[in-house]
Amino acid sequence: MQVTSSVREPLITGGKTLKDVTHDISRQVEGKPSLAWLLAFLVSVGVLLLGFLALAATLWEGIGMWGLNKTVGWAWDITNFVWWVGIGHAGTLISAVLLLFRQKWRMAINRAAEAMTIFAVICAAMFPVIHMGRPWLGFYWALPLPNTFGSLWVNFNSPLLWDVFAISTYFSVSLVFWYIGLIPDFATIRDRATGLRKTIYGALSFGWDGAAKTWMRYESVALILAGLATPLVLSVHTIVSFDFATSVIPGWHTTIFPPYFVAGAIFSGFAMVLTLMIVTRKVFHLEDYITIGHIELMNIVIIITGSIVGIAYITEFFMAWYSGVAAEQYAFINRMFGPYWWAYWSMMTCNVISPQLFWFKKIRTSIVATFLLSLVVNIGMWFERFVIIVTSLHRDFLPSSWVMFYPTISDVGVYLFTFGLFFTLFFLFAKFFPVINMFEVKSIVKSSSVKIKK
Amino acid sequence: MKENKKTYWKGLEQLTNDPEFIKNADKEFPDYLPINQNTDGSASRRDFLKMMGFSIAAASLAACEAPIRKAIPYVNKPVDINPSIPNYYATTFASGGDYASIVVKTREGRPIKIEGNTLSPITKGGVNAIVEASVLTLYDKQRLAGPYINGERTDWSTLDNEVSSKLRSAGNVKIVTNTILSPSTEKAITALVESTGAEVITYDPISQYGILKANETFFGQSVLPTYHFDKANVIVSFGADFLGTWISPIEFAKQYSQGRKISKDRPEMSRHFQFESNLSLTGANADYRTPIKASQSGLAVLALYNFVARKAGASAAGSTNIDIPHLEKAANELWASRGKSIVVSGSNDPNVQVVINAINDLLGNTGQTINLSKPSYFRKGDDAKMNQFVADLSAGRVGGVIFYNCNPVYDHPKGEEIAASISKAKVSVSTNETMNETASLVQFVAPDHHYLESWNDFNPRKGEYSLSQPVISKLFDTRQAQESFLKWAGNEKGYYEFIQDGWKAEMFENQTEIAGFQDFWDQALYNGVYAVAEEVEEESISGGQGLSGAASAISNQYKAQSEGTELVIYQKIGIGNGTFANNPWLQELSDPITKATWDNYLTVSQKWASENNLRMSEGSTKMAQITVGGKTLTLPVLVQPGQAEGTVGLALGYGRTKAGKVGNGVGVNAYSLLDISKGFVNYDITEGVSIEITADSYRIAQTQTHQTFMDREYVIQEATLPEYKENPSAGRYHPEIYTDGKFVKPSKISLWKGHHYSQHHWGLAIDMNSCIGCSACSVACQVENNVAVVGKQEVLNRREMAWIRIDRYYSSAEGASSAKELEIAADNPQVTFQPMMCQHCNNAPCETVCPVAATTHSSEGLNQMTYNRCIGTRYCANNCPYKVRRFNWFKYHDNKDFSAVNVAQNDDLGKMVLNPDVTVRARGVIEKCSMCVQRIQAGKLTAKRERRKIKDGEINVACAVACPTDAIVFGDMNDPDSKITNMLKIEENTTSATKEVNEERAYHVIEYLNVSPNVWYFTKIRNKDKSEA
Repeated sequence: MQVTSSVREPLITGGKTLKDVTHDISRQVEGKPSLAWLLAFLVSVGVLLLGFLALAATLWEGIGMWGLNKTVGWAWDITNFVWWVGIGHAGTLISAVLLLFRQKWRMAINRAAEAMTIFAVICAAMFPVIHMGRPWLGFYWALPLPNTFGSLWVNFNSPLLWDVFAISTYFSVSLVFWYIGLIPDFATIRDRATGLRKTIYGALSFGWDGAAKTWMRYESVALILAGLATPLVLSVHTIVSFDFATSVIPGWHTTIFPPYFVAGAIFSGFAMVLTLMIVTRKVFHLEDYITIGHIELMNIVIIITGSIVGIAYITEFFMAWYSGVAAEQYAFINRMFGPYWWAYWSMMTCNVISPQLFWFKKIRTSIVATFLLSLVVNIGMWFERFVIIVTSLHRDFLPSSWVMFYPTISDVGVYLFTFGLFFTLFFLFAKFFPVINMFEVKSIVKSSSVKIKK
Repeated sequence: MKENKKTYWKGLEQLTNDPEFIKNADKEFPDYLPINQNTDGSASRRDFLKMMGFSIAAASLAACEAPIRKAIPYVNKPVDINPSIPNYYATTFASGGDYASIVVKTREGRPIKIEGNTLSPITKGGVNAIVEASVLTLYDKQRLAGPYINGERTDWSTLDNEVSSKLRSAGNVKIVTNTILSPSTEKAITALVESTGAEVITYDPISQYGILKANETFFGQSVLPTYHFDKANVIVSFGADFLGTWISPIEFAKQYSQGRKISKDRPEMSRHFQFESNLSLTGANADYRTPIKASQSGLAVLALYNFVARKAGASAAGSTNIDIPHLEKAANELWASRGKSIVVSGSNDPNVQVVINAINDLLGNTGQTINLSKPSYFRKGDDAKMNQFVADLSAGRVGGVIFYNCNPVYDHPKGEEIAASISKAKVSVSTNETMNETASLVQFVAPDHHYLESWNDFNPRKGEYSLSQPVISKLFDTRQAQESFLKWAGNEKGYYEFIQDGWKAEMFENQTEIAGFQDFWDQALYNGVYAVAEEVEEESISGGQGLSGAASAISNQYKAQSEGTELVIYQKIGIGNGTFANNPWLQELSDPITKATWDNYLTVSQKWASENNLRMSEGSTKMAQITVGGKTLTLPVLVQPGQAEGTVGLALGYGRTKAGKVGNGVGVNAYSLLDISKGFVNYDITEGVSIEITADSYRIAQTQTHQTFMDREYVIQEATLPEYKENPSAGRYHPEIYTDGKFVKPSKISLWKGHHYSQHHWGLAIDMNSCIGCSACSVACQVENNVAVVGKQEVLNRREMAWIRIDRYYSSAEGASSAKELEIAADNPQVTFQPMMCQHCNNAPCETVCPVAATTHSSEGLNQMTYNRCIGTRYCANNCPYKVRRFNWFKYHDNKDFSAVNVAQNDDLGKMVLNPDVTVRARGVIEKCSMCVQRIQAGKLTAKRERRKIKDGEINVACAVACPTDAIVFGDMNDPDSKITNMLKIEENTTSATKEVNEERAYHVIEYLNVSPNVWYFTKIRNKDKSEA
């Protein structure tokens, strides 16, 4: 434990004792579901089922159900994929990078953020599979498995294959990291529970005994996993950006993509964490744990990453002009003034201009403003991927093949499906898992020597 | 062997001779074992074994794939049919007067592909889209399966009895037909005429009555001349789409291309002026194209005459107060190329054609480029006689009528009147293959064979004959119409013998080369064509009659200035006159100019569009109502750069109501708008046309919606002839990349080590100067490679499957520089056609990105697509700079959603046309041009079997074979003697994938990317004095 200055603002307000912490968080798991939760859960399941119709239609009839065409081979599918993967990044950043940097404020939010990561990656990973023409073969042909097809291997040159590795690694590491962090808290719930609940949480807690040695092992594992997860924060979106950067299409073929994508991912991830946290703290009355201080810090991360993204946009333009390549220049002029100008300017407004509002302390400490802006940022980041993918493809080298892309109801439906899936999983998590890392928060309840203000 | 004396007992019982033992000693098994059929009916062990064996066999059989249904094995294999080895038969395509000598490829007895017959002196191995696609009509289920009487199926003998007796008693029988090219058919009809006193009425949906009539007036011969565009240095055409649809477009395209081939050694090409209202395929290829109104066209021709006459010192004819750009220039150049020029007009007005004759006469072209001593018979229709027939029919003066493979109810301007009056004839007969608009109204339908099931002969031109032979036994209970005619005339001879008799008497007897008739016949049949030895009869035909009358008529009827809207009715490359409207390949063929499929529409000028606030985007447009003489049609509008202001264009061939499930209800029927008030079918409606745009929206399914090439030099490289003469690499764009202190060609820098092709290195060379955009290649590829038809909705969704497409680019308006300005086509744009297919890149961007290595490079330079391995991520399609990869968005085969359009992959009969060498692709996989790898493979195997090297030209890809202008050349770039090596001037003998090409005109599209394609394009050279937009 490092020494914390007494002038620091306490990270947990409301004079919580250790017992309060256990109680405040465990009661969500132990109590009957609230009406608000039930309604929200039902809506999520409803959206999931509605979206499933579109997903089923796509799987049954073919990718033709979407609005794609001969020139635009990817649109909403890969936009959604990159968007969801990007969102996932915040969780890993918070739990791993901030752990390594000993940022204690992360403790109140890392559990939910990590859960968000996992669910977002599940949603994201769905798209590379369902966007295939033949997912029933592709889902395992894309893996480097020994086989009887004359020992036919995957193409290690393909960025899509790198994606397979990147996403699967990311998902497994995040899942393990998240689950191991959950074990001590499951044990806490187990210890408070009786009956069937005790059995279930007992199984989930893997026989955690809370011994000093166990804690020691736990700490080392957490640190190792954090160390493993940290490069993933950078690598996953770097590799995702290679899908575009290694291609020859003007607007895709850009070396700036890896850092630009990573910044964008953190940007959108924090926005999503904020969206979720603001709702969760309200619904579960966790205002003392997730404080304005958290919100403000996350908003600062959003200003920084938003500005990086903004600079990246401008750099792209500069490079297009500086390259002297006509097709490249046209691709960027087309983004701004072509038929998809509205997507471009939505992206610019949402991602570059709106986060700058957080320079005002009043705005970055306002719950309502933060909530709204977090939604705006997520919309903006969706448009960023749409702009990169669709406006680059729809007018590339040969004007004879220039087309427009119009989404169909199935495009929308499949996107809805992932929302339904994400929120269904998140609400299940919020109800049955401790949404705040109890044992970690306990370590910061009294991290300063100041007398607890009641 | 020593006898074994020892006795072995089976047991003590045997030794003791136990009576119980003795009783059962001869039985192998004890009684209580259930070895025999049990008398009590319970299952025996054998039964059990039998049943188990059966179950296992049944289970394992059921586990296998379902047995192939309807496969009929040969009991006795025919001598000349070997499984997987194709047979080729020469035959002839003729539909009305549209003619092509062809070779049909059959596999296991099924005709699957049509190619041009290179032995033909007329079509010289060329084909067009309609001819290519006609093989599918053979397998059209709309064809009648037998004879009908009053809509009821019947048998032939009943029909014959009734028809023969009724025809004889009907009185005043008319036989209505389109142009008949076949002398034997004419003889068979003559037999019927003789026995019934019938009269033959010939009309053509696309009439050339004007030329026939004019030639009768001017030269005293009612025939079409033979045109020689190849001998013309200057070509002037007034609205004649001779490369696309006019008279004999395959022949003319072949001739025309000879004047357009250009090289450093021969930097000369013909100069082509076009004056027209619609932007036709021919106009798109012209060096100087002037949009004129249809009402001016007569005066324009007359003005040209007067310009030429002034030079020739002849007197002017008529008054021509008209100023048409480029007309005087054309006259000067025509005069400079006297005897080596040609002037043609697409007008059906005899007066105009008389003046055309006079111009050619003044220029000394008659007998040189226009040959009347060798007349052509492609059009024989007599508009006046047909009008008379319609009048007679509706007045009830016709007792009997036979429609011989014609459909006037649909394709005659008075079709409605004919439809209403057919019942007035006592007996009406049709020989149409389908229950079309006309056949459905007659009493007797005696369906003819498809031409691929028929024997026939043709005489398209004086002295030139060709034969047609069945390449498959008849599919339905049809009978050749000629045989029906003979039967009804009381002649029981089969038509085959009938043809042979005729040939024996007329051809065989008049030649001396071959002794036996059978040999003679076999030779003619093998070649498909036969030329009668030319009698020396260079009779100089001269004329000059009727010019002044024609000139004054033109002066009266045509106007230099007219205010009203004019309608110019034309034909499209794919649908033509509408006979083949039920062919989905033709419906989905992207029109070379408008790039539209599955529709006809009003083409309007850009000015009209801006006046009416119409901007097309992605094919979305407005509906308009066109009213001509009281008839109103509602149809979509298509903005057409190059459309003469004040005119609109409309294609024939659409709006069929009884074509079949594919063609019914596609577009509107424009035949009813044609004007016959002047005694000829007038395709230019200059008066009484009004157009009103409506608020209704519509989307035309276009495969290309962006019109210009945005001034992208890396796509289109072009120059003018004077520039080319000065510098053979004029117009070339040489991208260079700075590296190591100097600028180098992009091919010098690569991340890749580069492929080496030790055997073959296949490549294509495409001459954009020769390509006229006719799209025959596109259909040929579709047939050869089983490319799916996806239907209008999927084309609207931008998902057509064409492996080879013709990119059509307009030049932008002059002075355009910003991206927005470059998007707008010039009002009268220059047009460039660029065939685009997989470029088979040596550094293929698609190959690196496929996660499962489904697309790979072959050791011969091909970019291969392994359908079985493809999982359909579409990454390759995205990363293809040429956007030539096509994805199977749905299951197009055996899917009821596509059965209405994709008949070749859904219909049990339609499937017969599929090429068994090419996989029908499954849903969810990418496909693309394979450079006809099946043909390459077949050629290699043949050479290997014969233990020799591959000869250049023996393997050829489907698009190159179909190309009537030889714009596509395929070959082995490793072979130093191949045509492609010589064309590209590949110098060193290297196995490297990167070939050093010394031909100045050759370039790669998007060269700066250094994807290193194996397809080379040759710059487009326009024969213009200076470049202009």
